[in-house]
Amino acid sequence: MIGGGLAVLGLVAALVLNAFQSNLVFFFSPTQVAAGEAPIGKSFRIGGMVKDGSIKREPDGVTLRFVVTDTEKDMVVAYKGILPDLFREGKGAVAQGKLGGDGIFVASEVLAKHDENYMPPEAAKAVGDAHARAAANKAIVEATAKTIRQ
Amino acid sequence: MIPELGHFALIVALCVALVQGVLSLAGAHLRRPSWIAVARPAAKAQAVLIVTAFVCLSTAFVQNDFSVLYVTQHSNSLLPLQYRLAAVWGGHEGSLLLWVLMLALWTLAVAVFSKQLPEAMVARVLGVLGLVAAGFLLFILLTSNPFERLLPGAEDGSDLNPLLQDPGLIIHPPMLYMGYVGFSVAYAFAVSALLSGQLDAAWARWSRPWTTAAWCFLTLGIALGSGWAYYTLGWGGWWFWDPVENASFMPWLVGTALLHSLAVTEKRGSFKNWTVLLAIAAFSLSLLGTFLVRSGVLTSVHAFATDPKRGIFILLFLVVVIGTSLALFAWRAPKVGLGGRFGLLSRESLLLTNNVLLVVACASVLLGTLYPMVIDALGAGKLSVGPPYFNSVFAPLMIPALFLMGVAPFARWKQASVAELARTLRWAFLAAATVGVIAPFFFGTWKPLVALSLLLVAWIVLATLLNFVGRVQATRAGGSFVGAAIKQPRSFFAMHVAHLGIAVFVVGVTMVNGYQAEKDVKMEVGDSVTVGGYTLRFNGVHTQQGPNYMAVVGDLDLLKDDRLLRAMNPEKRNYVSSGSPMTEASIDTGLFRDVYVSLGEPIDKARPEDAWAVRVYYKPFVDWIWGGCVLMAFGGLLAITDRRYRRHAAPVEVAALAQKA
Repeated sequence: MIGGGLAVLGLVAALVLNAFQSNLVFFFSPTQVAAGEAPIGKSFRIGGMVKDGSIKREPDGVTLRFVVTDTEKDMVVAYKGILPDLFREGKGAVAQGKLGGDGIFVASEVLAKHDENYMPPEAAKAVGDAHARAAANKAIVEATAKTIRQ
Repeated sequence: MIPELGHFALIVALCVALVQGVLSLAGAHLRRPSWIAVARPAAKAQAVLIVTAFVCLSTAFVQNDFSVLYVTQHSNSLLPLQYRLAAVWGGHEGSLLLWVLMLALWTLAVAVFSKQLPEAMVARVLGVLGLVAAGFLLFILLTSNPFERLLPGAEDGSDLNPLLQDPGLIIHPPMLYMGYVGFSVAYAFAVSALLSGQLDAAWARWSRPWTTAAWCFLTLGIALGSGWAYYTLGWGGWWFWDPVENASFMPWLVGTALLHSLAVTEKRGSFKNWTVLLAIAAFSLSLLGTFLVRSGVLTSVHAFATDPKRGIFILLFLVVVIGTSLALFAWRAPKVGLGGRFGLLSRESLLLTNNVLLVVACASVLLGTLYPMVIDALGAGKLSVGPPYFNSVFAPLMIPALFLMGVAPFARWKQASVAELARTLRWAFLAAATVGVIAPFFFGTWKPLVALSLLLVAWIVLATLLNFVGRVQATRAGGSFVGAAIKQPRSFFAMHVAHLGIAVFVVGVTMVNGYQAEKDVKMEVGDSVTVGGYTLRFNGVHTQQGPNYMAVVGDLDLLKDDRLLRAMNPEKRNYVSSGSPMTEASIDTGLFRDVYVSLGEPIDKARPEDAWAVRVYYKPFVDWIWGGCVLMAFGGLLAITDRRYRRHAAPVEVAALAQKA
C-alpha cells in the first residue's frame, strides 16, 4: 500500500514538473532578442517602452503594430485585439508571444498595467539594463578620450 | 483630533493584546484561575479599541480630512460616499487595519460563543489569538500607520484607483479577510491543543464550526474577487492564475482539506496530527498570502506597499509563526497517538485520498507562484509561469477528487467493500456516463474533456440523490418520506449542498472553457457582429458626465433572431482627478449564458464618434461558476448551524468527554 502510494505520488510529481518545465515563459529585452538570445518557435515575453508615434493600426481596425524599445534596440510587435486601458506611447509594456520569421514579434497577449505609475518590472529592468550599458560605454569612451588627450 | 484618537486606540490595543496573549497562556499553563479570567475581558476590550480605531479612520474619510496622509492618497472630495467608505481598505495601511479588525471580531466571537468550553482551553485559544493580534498591531504601528498626518494638509486627495471604485470592492476585501483571518481561529485551536496535549474528538468538534465559518467567508471572498475581475477588468476572464489570486486559493485548498480531515478526527479520532498540521498550514498560507500581496513582491492592483521594511517585517512574522508552530508540533505530536485504525478501502482512506489530492494541488500552485519570485530574487532572470501549467496540473488532480466525491458518502467507516459500493453505484455510474457522452451534442461540437466533466457532474448529482434517498428511506421507519427527509441533521444536508455546489461550479467552468466565443472587431455605425447566435448592432457613441469621471458610452442593440432584446451601453470612463481611463463592460446576464460587450478604443482618435474597436463575448453558463461557490458557502452555513453546535452542553459533561477521549 505504501509502495503503491509512493508510486502514485512519484507519478504526480513527474506530471507536475513536466507541465512546469514546458510552461515556463522567459523574459528577453529587445537587445537580447537582437543578439539572437531568444528562442525561435517558443513563446516568450518582451518588454520595454512603447516608442512615441509608433502605434499603427491596420485596415481591419483591430490589428496593431507598435515598437517596443529598451532605448538601445527596437522591436516591432504585431498584436490583434484590444489593448489594455493603460497601454500608451511612452509608457512601459510587456508582451507575450513568438518571434516570426520576418523578425516581427507576434504577440498573443499584451499585459495590462493596473495604474498610472506602475511600470511592469520586466520593462523597467530592460530599460534599466540598457541605460546601465550606455553609461558603462560612455565611461569607457570618456576614459579613452582622456588617455588620448594625455 | 479624531485621527489621534484612532492612533491612541491602536497603541492601547497593542498593550491589551500583549496582556491577553501572555497572561492567558501563562495562566493556562500554571493553572492560575485569576490569570485565565483575564482572557475574555481582554478580548472584549481589544475589540472595542480596534472598532474605535476603525471608526476614526472611516470618519476621516467621510469628512474628507486631507490632513491625514492615507486619506489624501486614497480619496477625493468628488468620490461618492460609499466609495469613500470602501476606500478605508483601498490601500495598504487601511487594509491592514481591516485585517486587525477582522481578527478582533473573530476573537470576540470566540470569547462570547465558547461558554461550553473548559476555561483553560478558551484562555489558550484567546492567548494565541492575542499574540497574533499583537504581531499585526506592531506591524501597523511601526511601519504602516494609517493615521499619519500630512502637515500642512492637502487641498484635495489624489483619488481611489478607478478599478477599485466598484460595488465589488466594497465587499470583496472584507469577505476575503474574514476567511483569511478566520483560519487564525482554527490555528489557535490547533496550537492550544498542542500546548495542552488534549488533542481529541472533543477538540475537533469545537474547532470544526470555526473552521467551516472561515472557509465559507473565504469561498465567498474568492468568488467575489473573481466576479469583480470578470466585469471590471474588461477581459471577460474569471480566473487568471495571477499570484494574488493564487495567494487566496492556496489557503482555500488546504482549508477544504482541513474541513474533511476534521470530520474524520471528530467521528473516528484518526488523522489527529494531520489535522493539526493542516490547521497550521492553512493559517501560514493566509499569512503568506498577506506577505505576497502586501510586501510589494508582486505588482498588481492589490499590491500597495513598495517599502521593503514592510516586506521584511511580514516575512519575519511568517518565519516566527511557522517556525514556532512547527517546532511545537514536532515536540508534541509524537505524544498525540494515532487514533482509530482503518482499512485500505474505507471512508477514512477515501477522505485521506481527498486530502492528499488537495494538498498536492496546493503544492503545485505554490510552486508555480513562488518559483518566478525565487528566481527573480536570486537575480537569475525574469520568467513567469503561464496559466497552461496550472490548467494541465489541475485537471488530472481534480478528476479523481470529483469521482471520489460520489463514492465517499457511501463508504463505511473503518472498512468498506468494493463489491458493495459497486453494487450500490453501478446504475448511477452508467446513467452518468450516458449523460456525459450525449450532453455535449446539445451544445455544439462534441469534445472529450467536456464529456468527461459532464460525466463527473452527472455522477456527483446522481450519487448525491441516491445517498440522500437511501438515508431517508433507512430512517423513515414507516413514516412519510418528506417527514423523514426534513428530520435529517443539517450537517448531512450541508455536505450534499456543498458537493452539489462543486458540481454546479464544474458545469460553469466546463461550458465556458469549451464553448465560449469571443470577437475583437472594428465597428462603424450600423455594423453588426454575431457571436453564439446573438447579434450586436452598433449605433454609435455619446458622452456622459459621471460624479467624478467623463464617459464615452457605446449605444448597441442586442438581437436574437432579428428580435431586439435590449440596449447595451458599455462605457469608457476617464477619471477627472487621476486622469486614468477605465473600461466598464456591459453584460446581459442570463441563467444559461452571458453576452458581454466592452469598448476598446476609437479607430481614429481624432474622430471618436465614427468607429470603435469593440470586444464581444458569448459566455455560456458563466454565472454557474459563482452560483456554485454560493452553494458551497451555503452548505458551510448549514454545517455551522447544525444542532450539535447549538446545544449548550454543560461544561462538566464536555470536560468528561474530553477526559474520556
